[in-house]
Amino acid sequence: MKVVVDFNKCAGLGICESMAPDLFEVNDDGALVLLKEDITDDELQSVEEAVAGCPTEALRIER
Amino acid sequence: MPDRGIENRALNAVRARGRSPMNRLVVVGASLAGLRAVEAARKTGFAGDITLIGGERHLPYDRPPLSKEFLEATEPGVEARVPFFRSDDVFPQLDVELLLGQPATGLDVARKVVHVGDRQIDYDALVIATGSQLRTLAGTEHMPGVHGLRTLEDSLAIRAALDAGARTVVVGAGFIGSEVASGATKRGLEVTVVEALPTPLVRAAGAEMGAAIASLHERNGTTLLCGRGVAAVEGDGRVERVVLDDGTLIDADLVVVGIGVSPCVSWLEGSGLAIENGVVCDETLWTGVPGVYAAGDVANWLNPVFGVRQRMENWTAAAEQGAAAARNALDPENAKPYGTVPYFWSDWYGSRIQFVGVPDADEVLLVDGDVEDGERWVALYRRGDRLVGALTVNGQTVIMKYRRMIAQKSSWGDALEFAEKRWASA
Repeated sequence: MKVVVDFNKCAGLGICESMAPDLFEVNDDGALVLLKEDITDDELQSVEEAVAGCPTEALRIER
Repeated sequence: MPDRGIENRALNAVRARGRSPMNRLVVVGASLAGLRAVEAARKTGFAGDITLIGGERHLPYDRPPLSKEFLEATEPGVEARVPFFRSDDVFPQLDVELLLGQPATGLDVARKVVHVGDRQIDYDALVIATGSQLRTLAGTEHMPGVHGLRTLEDSLAIRAALDAGARTVVVGAGFIGSEVASGATKRGLEVTVVEALPTPLVRAAGAEMGAAIASLHERNGTTLLCGRGVAAVEGDGRVERVVLDDGTLIDADLVVVGIGVSPCVSWLEGSGLAIENGVVCDETLWTGVPGVYAAGDVANWLNPVFGVRQRMENWTAAAEQGAAAARNALDPENAKPYGTVPYFWSDWYGSRIQFVGVPDADEVLLVDGDVEDGERWVALYRRGDRLVGALTVNGQTVIMKYRRMIAQKSSWGDALEFAEKRWASA
């Protein structure tokens, strides 16, 4: 499983970082950096919350 | 010795009688919270009937862009893109019946029926997500050129006025009004913001930081007048000027009123639901009436993260509460609490303002940047020995780290230590 970011939609609002900081971080310029794309079983729930919480609906999980 | 087997069978029979079948979900309110409610219901595998009722005639659309990019100038002949959440083929795919342009008019919790005009719609589970409505400036409701900003129609009207080069007066220096002011200034228009209170944004960010954020207006060439009320809005057939309570006259072609919202609860009058600053709910978003849950701007719920009642008016809470309310309504015996560290953002003059947590604090401390230069800063909010809030202006890389710390109930000392480390490594 991996997480996919649509960078055309992403506005760097950062909700995903607060849910799953091992995968997402917003940098100094306000742009989202995907730290890793593969999701472990332990991380799945928090990534699902990040997908649901994204205000620009820019995230999805590819199974 | 009692026979445990008989006792258990008897208990189960009571439970089975008490549990009503779950065949019909009704969601009232077809904006973000309502949309997320119906999507979450299907995602959990609910196969019964779903009806989504909305007062506006449009498919659900995203509101934050309406005061931001939707107001920006486009090339001649190019229309601004309407931010619909889903295309119209999604709702048949979800097998959701849409009743749009038809606001719910009443609720009968004894018969489990929602009234939509003459129509009666039965429910087993109900999610109330009717949102909020704009407060208006008395006497100006029907004057051409005066607008609030909540709906697509509001935003289209403001956009058209900005396109025509309107001299703009914004009443209320809150986030929506400030975003409109920023958009109008970016177009090179003459803009004045009038705020009745001596300091703007106190409820959202506290007095000190409210003033600091509001200074972005003057810094970017927008006139901000605080502590002044609007005495009258005058014009012959349409708005021509705003008269302030100190006698100041401001010529205007467009007046945008951004003085807050109130929850849409009038249709619930007489329903028996507890109404107080919205629909009163417990931490699972349950109203205390069988089958009835609430979500979004209309829900006044107990947020377990802070142990206080809150009614949120932000995107994140609406999205998450919509889904949580639907899941809990469909499976009340396993209802889960919904808790959150509130989050909102606002974009003005190319700066991003972000706030997490709650602003009621014993102390607000600037830990990075400079309020005076207005470029970038980070402020932390302390209550007791806990970190309860954080405000950043162009501090995107730290704000969510503080959100996590607030959720984890981090101490003030830990927060300061983290801030110092960030500062040292910058």
